Amino acid sequence: MSGQQNGQVTRRVTQAITYSILPTIVAIVAALVATSVVVWATGAPIGGFVDTMLSVPSNRDTIIIVNQASMIALSAFAAAICFRMGLFNIGVEGQYIVGACAGAFFAGSGIVPGPLNILATLIVAMLAGIVWAMIAAVLNVTRGVSEVISAIMLNYVALTLAGYLVKTYGERSGYTFTTPKIPPSSQPLGFGLFADAPDVWALAILAVIVGIGYSFLLGWTRFGFDLRTTGESRTAALANGIDPRRMVLIVMAISGAIAGLVWMPSFFGSTHTFGIPEYFQRGLGFTGLAVALLGRNTSLGIGFGSLLFAFLATQSNRLQSVGVARDVVEITQGIVVLMVVIAFEIARRIKVRREQERVARELEPATTTGASA
Amino acid sequence: MHVELRGIEKRFPGVVANHDVDLTIRPGAVHALIGENGAGKSTLMKILYGVQAPDGGTIVVDGEERRFASPTDAIDIGIGMVFQHFMLADNLTVLENVVLGAEKLHGIGEKARSQVREICEAYGFDLDPDALVATLGVAARQRVEILKVLYRGATLIILDEPTAVLVPQEVQALFANLRDLVASGRSVLFISHKLDEVLEIADDITVMRRGTTVGTADPRTATKQELAELMVGAELPSPELGEDTVTDVPILTLSGIGLTSDTGRRLLDDVDLTVHRGEIVGIAGVEGNGQTELVEVIMGMRRATSGAITLAEEDITRLSTRKVRERGVGFIPEDRHRHGVVLDFPLWENRILGHQTTRRVTRGPLLNPGGARADAERIIADYDVRTPSVHTSARALSGGNQQKFIVGREMSGEPVLLLASHPTRGVDVGAQAAIWDHIRRARHDGLGVLLISADLDELIGLSDRLEVILRGRITAHFDPDHVTAQELGTAMTGGAA
Repeated sequence: MSGQQNGQVTRRVTQAITYSILPTIVAIVAALVATSVVVWATGAPIGGFVDTMLSVPSNRDTIIIVNQASMIALSAFAAAICFRMGLFNIGVEGQYIVGACAGAFFAGSGIVPGPLNILATLIVAMLAGIVWAMIAAVLNVTRGVSEVISAIMLNYVALTLAGYLVKTYGERSGYTFTTPKIPPSSQPLGFGLFADAPDVWALAILAVIVGIGYSFLLGWTRFGFDLRTTGESRTAALANGIDPRRMVLIVMAISGAIAGLVWMPSFFGSTHTFGIPEYFQRGLGFTGLAVALLGRNTSLGIGFGSLLFAFLATQSNRLQSVGVARDVVEITQGIVVLMVVIAFEIARRIKVRREQERVARELEPATTTGASA
Repeated sequence: MHVELRGIEKRFPGVVANHDVDLTIRPGAVHALIGENGAGKSTLMKILYGVQAPDGGTIVVDGEERRFASPTDAIDIGIGMVFQHFMLADNLTVLENVVLGAEKLHGIGEKARSQVREICEAYGFDLDPDALVATLGVAARQRVEILKVLYRGATLIILDEPTAVLVPQEVQALFANLRDLVASGRSVLFISHKLDEVLEIADDITVMRRGTTVGTADPRTATKQELAELMVGAELPSPELGEDTVTDVPILTLSGIGLTSDTGRRLLDDVDLTVHRGEIVGIAGVEGNGQTELVEVIMGMRRATSGAITLAEEDITRLSTRKVRERGVGFIPEDRHRHGVVLDFPLWENRILGHQTTRRVTRGPLLNPGGARADAERIIADYDVRTPSVHTSARALSGGNQQKFIVGREMSGEPVLLLASHPTRGVDVGAQAAIWDHIRRARHDGLGVLLISADLDELIGLSDRLEVILRGRITAHFDPDHVTAQELGTAMTGGAA
């Protein structure tokens, strides 16, 4: 029995290497090669590019990478939970803007004192994200409006709305407007990793918590099972007691809640106020979509993907000094995603074929009747 | 064009879609290919049109053996196909649609236009080359599709269920066009399961069943009954019931069930039906007469617009699918890939499907993978599912083994009613016999069984009682001990007995 289980474990590990790790490495190498070709074609120093990108980041940069990765990962989880159900929540961008704006106003008001303010703010940000996501979800379920179309429009509405609210109800700060600063008693301490660098933001831990929760929800709960079933086959869901429309509403709500959290690590960790464009980081919603794709909608994959993206973006800051445009990294990021999608599709097909062959082989002696009869 | 298919074979992983298929198409004739859904007609067409390559057998065209790598090869030697779902660009004109992709033939200008006019006149197509396709009706669109293949020089035209979308007058017009086509020496391969039409238009008839050609018929002498028998056929082993286990305790009662579609069509009309404990009630009918809707209404997948459904003295008319299943209804859906399994889930996860609230496979809001695995093992052993392990994905299994797994799953727990929709469709003979055994055992254990099938032998052999459904109504009742396939076939098509 245990021998059989050992065999099972060994096969799982081999499968993970063949069908997950290998395609990823191939994709990253291919992306770097392709970007090098672009760098070479533009006449920039290719050696400088490769050296810079592959150099070990400084302590300070390492902290930046971890901080950025936490926000990218949160955004990716918001996108991934929808992907798993066949929904395309391109509205993570708008949902996290609304979440950030609502959270910042609430935190700055200081209604709830001290550290409790942090918890209350997170809830407010999640609720705001949910409200924003529900507009697209309700339109989808009741009116059949594609969630992609409505959500992408709502992204712009969110941006404009946040700008308007801050300008109307915020405080003047230099040439722009911001929300009131968080009271010092509600500013959490970070995790100190290096003596010569700032701390990792305290709420970066949110990414880890959400990641664990995400894996647990999808893999171990009935709800997660229903969600995955709906994503694989809506017809099978319907025939087996799952209401796909109800699932759309719930999953979009969860996605919106996670999206609401995206900017919170930065807000509580360093910014402490919200104002577009200086005191906010835009674009995380779209990065999250790419990273969810890159990470194959799994927690580990997203964790890895967000670190990779943060790493590439941070390293690119030093490209300028060797005479390469830093934007070239966006090419790398794009090609990584593209290559991963291709590599995994190929791996999936090979896996399906191998499994069918294995089944046929193992059952060979038993299935000589039937077809030939 | 003289086309001969000899010994065509096509295998998909675990399924033999076509085997030993022989078909000869004469020039200047309408050749009808008939058979139930799933008999392998579509696969055969795709092979002939070069969409799929056969695993065995030969295609001989005008005495020369041919291999088609793609439809382009088939088109080049003069084979054209009109699919059931039209492939036209609405915002282009008839002429533009026709020349699209065939610009090399006559260009896109006046030469092409006169060519199109010529074909239209020759065959009485009555189409304006400059009309927008968006403005055309269904019948005219179909003519555009036929025009497209003629423009490309087709001498064999394959039509996939062309009459399915037409009203009777349009069918007559289409038949007139087809007669003109064959009069000019072209051949038509006409795929259908509507026997009246086949007898009217065809010069030759070939019948397919379970992936192979089972016979040919002469439309001048053949009757509808003979064709129906050939289509549904008698195949060993025969389904038979054992001792009488029927009780007079109703388990499922439908009274006055009606269902109206969004467009106002009556899909189900005043259906009354009772299934007792220990009884198998068979529903016979030509496909598309309300069987699917009947199942969906009972399962709670659609709400009946009128009437009531009672399961073991409880009104379940307005219950959700999950609640209906929780009350002990086992469900073998007609399309196992769309409804019965999630193909990319391993078997143990498929064990949970449809039973998400069953204690054995879940624990409150959490899954119980250990329990699900153990119970999947049990099904694999008891129902003879051929698979290496419970971790194998459903996709890797053959259709018969998938279906045996579904039957085993649906018999788990303590069901009181089994809803079996085409339970042996597309499975091999061995699995078919096993599934029949399980349905018989369910009856023996006191379950009520509602059996919907297109296989008349299966219906007559397994059922205690037969009901015929036609256009959403129950129109006739039969005692399976005293009914022939002919009588049933007549009632199914609405003819006089």
